[in-house]
Amino acid sequence: MLSVALQVALGMVALAMALTVVRLVRGPTVADRILALDTLSINAIALLLLAGMLLQGAMLFEAALLIAMTGFVSTAALCRFLLRGDVIG
Amino acid sequence: MLIEIVASVLVLLGGAFTLVGSIGLVRLPDFFTRLHAPTKAATLGVGGIVAAGLVQSAAAGTMGLRELAIALFLFITAPVSAHLLSKAVLRHRDPPGS
Amino acid sequence: MSRVLPQPLVSLMILALWIAIAPSPSLGQVVLGSVVALAIPWFTHPFWPDPPRLLRPGVAALLFLRVIWDIVVANVEVARLVLGPADRLHPVFIELPLEIDDPFVATILASIITLTPGTLSVDIDRARRVLLVHALDVADVPATIDTIKRRYEAPLKEIFGC
Repeated sequence: MLSVALQVALGMVALAMALTVVRLVRGPTVADRILALDTLSINAIALLLLAGMLLQGAMLFEAALLIAMTGFVSTAALCRFLLRGDVIG
Repeated sequence: MLIEIVASVLVLLGGAFTLVGSIGLVRLPDFFTRLHAPTKAATLGVGGIVAAGLVQSAAAGTMGLRELAIALFLFITAPVSAHLLSKAVLRHRDPPGS
Repeated sequence: MSRVLPQPLVSLMILALWIAIAPSPSLGQVVLGSVVALAIPWFTHPFWPDPPRLLRPGVAALLFLRVIWDIVVANVEVARLVLGPADRLHPVFIELPLEIDDPFVATILASIITLTPGTLSVDIDRARRVLLVHALDVADVPATIDTIKRRYEAPLKEIFGC
């Protein structure tokens, strides 16, 4: 039963990612696109955690952790770029 | 059996909240309202999935603390990203001096 | 505390996190985690000029549980708003007068506001001591301000004694 639930949830998260890409393409502002990218990384974490539970693989956890960290750092860097027009300095 | 039901419900709730977050991202009318949906729904979406993982590993007798670390990380970073984004938009809208 | 252990609580949390993330807990991981837990506060200490003291851990635990509960309730509420008719929303900006002076505690309050009931911290004005909050659907602004102050700000003031 759990594997069915996991597969349904995987479908929902995949649909969520598709919707996020709609916002990413549509914009209209740069901030909207950054927000969509940030949401996409959170969705990817959810997807990897679900896949990890379904496949019983420890590797996927590491991937989720990496995406969590790079997702946050890239959002911060992009916001800084929007604020200052420069990432470092 | 009961554990499997609880885990399944949590997994489905997590998936549903993730989906609602993205629906909000597409449907809501302006940037600040859109900012609400992912910061909350997406974090609880991951939270629900992590809770299911915790229930499952607790039943199996192993410690499932690794997933909890991800949830903790997201709950700390989500407000920071949201704040940075809204700050960037506010500054962008009215340049310094106005 | 001392030069070796500037922030014992932060060190303890880093060690716990390290052991939690490690693939399998072993003595080697504990030793490695301890080194990291000692090194990180030592390096980041200069960036924390005056870390506030945790005076009431019991109240902090209670506030933590309350925030978790509010996040769940808030999500159901936000889900209802997102899926319902879009023209029914009443988004507003609220200026929340802050009683907290400490930047660290104010950051915790801002984060709690972002994570809970349809509200989002947008900006903080340190000079005027005002927190700019965006709310997704609020009809009664003074009542919302009152709720935030009572539910989150008052316990935070008690926890850190400021």
